[in-house]
Amino acid sequence: MAAKVLLIEDEPNIIEAIGFVLKRDGLNVRTHSNGVDAIEAVRRESPDLIILDVMLPGRSGYEILEELRDDAQIGDTPVLMLTARGQARDREMAERAGASRYMTKPFANAAVLEAVRELLGQ
Amino acid sequence: MAKNDVAASGLAGTRIRERRLLAGIKQAELAIRAEISPSYLNLIEHNRRRIGGRVLLRLAEALGVEPAVLTQGPAAALVSGLREIAAHAPEGSDEAEAVEEFAERFPVWAGRLIQSQAEIARLEQSVDALTDRLTHDPDLAGRLHEVLSVVTAIRSTASILVETPEIEPQWRDRFHRNIHQDSRRLAEGAEALVSYLDAAPGDALGAVSPQEELDAFLDVHGHHFPLLERRDGGTVARILDGAEELRSDAARMMALEWLNQYRRDARDLPLDAMARAVAHLGPDPLAIAAHLKADSVMVCRRLAALPQDIVGEIGYVLCDGAGALVRRRAVAGFATPRGTGACPLWPVFHALGQASTPLKATVMQATRDARPMTAYAVCEVTGPSTYGSPAPRRAHMLLIPERQPSESVPEPAEEVGITCRVCSRSTCPARREPSILREAF
Repeated sequence: MAAKVLLIEDEPNIIEAIGFVLKRDGLNVRTHSNGVDAIEAVRRESPDLIILDVMLPGRSGYEILEELRDDAQIGDTPVLMLTARGQARDREMAERAGASRYMTKPFANAAVLEAVRELLGQ
Repeated sequence: MAKNDVAASGLAGTRIRERRLLAGIKQAELAIRAEISPSYLNLIEHNRRRIGGRVLLRLAEALGVEPAVLTQGPAAALVSGLREIAAHAPEGSDEAEAVEEFAERFPVWAGRLIQSQAEIARLEQSVDALTDRLTHDPDLAGRLHEVLSVVTAIRSTASILVETPEIEPQWRDRFHRNIHQDSRRLAEGAEALVSYLDAAPGDALGAVSPQEELDAFLDVHGHHFPLLERRDGGTVARILDGAEELRSDAARMMALEWLNQYRRDARDLPLDAMARAVAHLGPDPLAIAAHLKADSVMVCRRLAALPQDIVGEIGYVLCDGAGALVRRRAVAGFATPRGTGACPLWPVFHALGQASTPLKATVMQATRDARPMTAYAVCEVTGPSTYGSPAPRRAHMLLIPERQPSESVPEPAEEVGITCRVCSRSTCPARREPSILREAF
């Protein structure tokens, strides 16, 4: 069965492009585009991997990640964090919040794909 | 201040002594010429007695100098400049006593020191402003994030198109459309970012947010649209077509909403009725509302949209429930900052807290160009309230410059500010951050 990836991102054209790339690679892609109920979306979908944007409407990606990591059921899901700022501070914040990997916008499709495969252990 | 008086007059004694010795006059002789006792002059010369008034004038005359030379010394400006530096030095209290001597003995060096201190202060301010903008400016962070997000979308989409030769036509078309759309957004975002960064820190920033674009658009039209005052109406689109100031889609949307509201208001309160009411009652929103049996909030909006030849000079501010200024019509003599951060003492913010009580107050900003203003502030409840969540509010404020005081005794104006950072009111219970203006010494 194809691994399931949940893409939490608010930029529709990024969702479309990354979704397309991942689907082409044989992954089952689900999307969600706001921060407020992102945790519920994770519970509902129980994905094998989450791609999480840092700046989401309603709630920051860091907060979502922290809550996620504290959750016994879904806390172990690998998370690939996307951010528009590459400063050390952001990297540190992502690591502290428990990101498995961290990627700075604008990224290459191939890099995302590679990170996703690695996190899925493929 | 008292301490400075003592210091200044105290050193006057030293100057009198110096001048006397320079002129080769004995103390007793000068005392006779100035019609005071020698022992009193002795006390004065040793800075043990303050002098002023006639004694000072007689001493100056006897010494053949201007009285100011004795009271101020050669370098009053230098001394106060140096004192300011001393006051800001980490441990300058002892040295502060020596500033007069220093200014008198090395006036050129003192001048240079003051100049460099002023330069340092200026640079510190620009550094602060720049740091502020980069680290604490949610606007800038938001804009950068948006530009980078759009770039990411374009990059991903473009590389799909390049790397997937066998892509289905419907996907290809879709991605082409996305790239086209994103490239437009990118151009807008980049342009806004450039004009934002071009604006000098602390200056009014160029019109970069949709809100500012709308402000610029309304300013160009003097907040009045004769086309919408006509009864046949239906011309909002035509006004928008020619509006160069409205560059972003968001600003056009906001303008559309604003103009539609204008048209509805103009239909309910036609221009001629408003003009007659203003001529009769003055620009008093409550009086006009009562007279025309109209809603006072609507009357506020209508007054704010009247041309100057009907209503005279008028300023207008609309703030939302968070105190952000979302609309404004500028009036000379009352400055309004952009966005959040206006002076909390403005009546419009008092009105926000009391939905049912309109306010009238005479206010004047503590600035050089300020004029006293009659302020009318009215709170508007903009939506229904539900259990546990209050209705959203906003408040309108009209500002009418007071006429010449000859007409009637003017009410004493309440002193208010613009925004804390540039406010000189030193003791203000509403202050939220220190002013960048140095306190007058």
